Amino acid sequence: MLAMGTAAPYAAMRTGSTGHEGKMADVDRGNRPLSPHLTIYRPQLNSITSILTRITGNALIVAVFLIVWWMIAAATSLEYFNMVNAVVTHWLADLVMAASVWALWYHLLSGVRHLVWDSGHLLETKWTSALGWGLLGGATILTLATILLI
Amino acid sequence: MAMRFLTDRKLAEHLGPARSGTEHHWAVKVSSVALLVLVPLFVTLVGPLIGQPHAEVRAALARPLTALIAGLTLIVGMAHFKDGARTLIEDYARGSARLWLQIMVILVAWGTAATGLFALGRLAF
Repeated sequence: MLAMGTAAPYAAMRTGSTGHEGKMADVDRGNRPLSPHLTIYRPQLNSITSILTRITGNALIVAVFLIVWWMIAAATSLEYFNMVNAVVTHWLADLVMAASVWALWYHLLSGVRHLVWDSGHLLETKWTSALGWGLLGGATILTLATILLI
Repeated sequence: MAMRFLTDRKLAEHLGPARSGTEHHWAVKVSSVALLVLVPLFVTLVGPLIGQPHAEVRAALARPLTALIAGLTLIVGMAHFKDGARTLIEDYARGSARLWLQIMVILVAWGTAATGLFALGRLAF
């Protein structure tokens, strides 16, 4: 921390502004490193399963776009529906949907793990590891079941 | 720039430095519990329809239970997405990029939900 009264050079260093600079508690606020420092982080089960939760949750928007497009096509006309249906049933879209089914079940199971952890349970290392493998295995089993049964 | 005597304690009191308390965490928690019920129903009811002919899809999506589950999944799902993507953006973007990405995500989330609801409404009513 620099001494107080050197706000001007600090302002030049900042890359973003939060409107809080120059106050006693957060002189350096705009220039903090962003999380989670992926390039210097040694991979481990807990970090990988956490990162996967974020990736799956956000990537699911692709499947949502496809399904909503298919819905609006069904409500529009037979010709438009047939065009969209051809896209949605293309093997490439099948691949996206299969990956999305895995992402959906993984994200759901991971959410359950967060709800359990929020309640203060199963936070011991042996449990977090077991749950981590449970997420990966559980999502894979549920995906196979979904593809085979639905 | 004049120093204002805001201390760490002052920033952390009441709603904390984020100024929104646990509102975001709570919203994500509530929507996640709703989705825990909605998602398996959506997969079961809407999943098998993908790839079906037009008439079958229209008839199935117009059924009250299917339409209701699909509509609720879209509303709650997009609210949940908006909250989650916000955290993603907060972690990787700053300054005006953060601002515009956050605005875009909220608009895309509600726009997508509205599009799906319009389609469902047109088929059901």
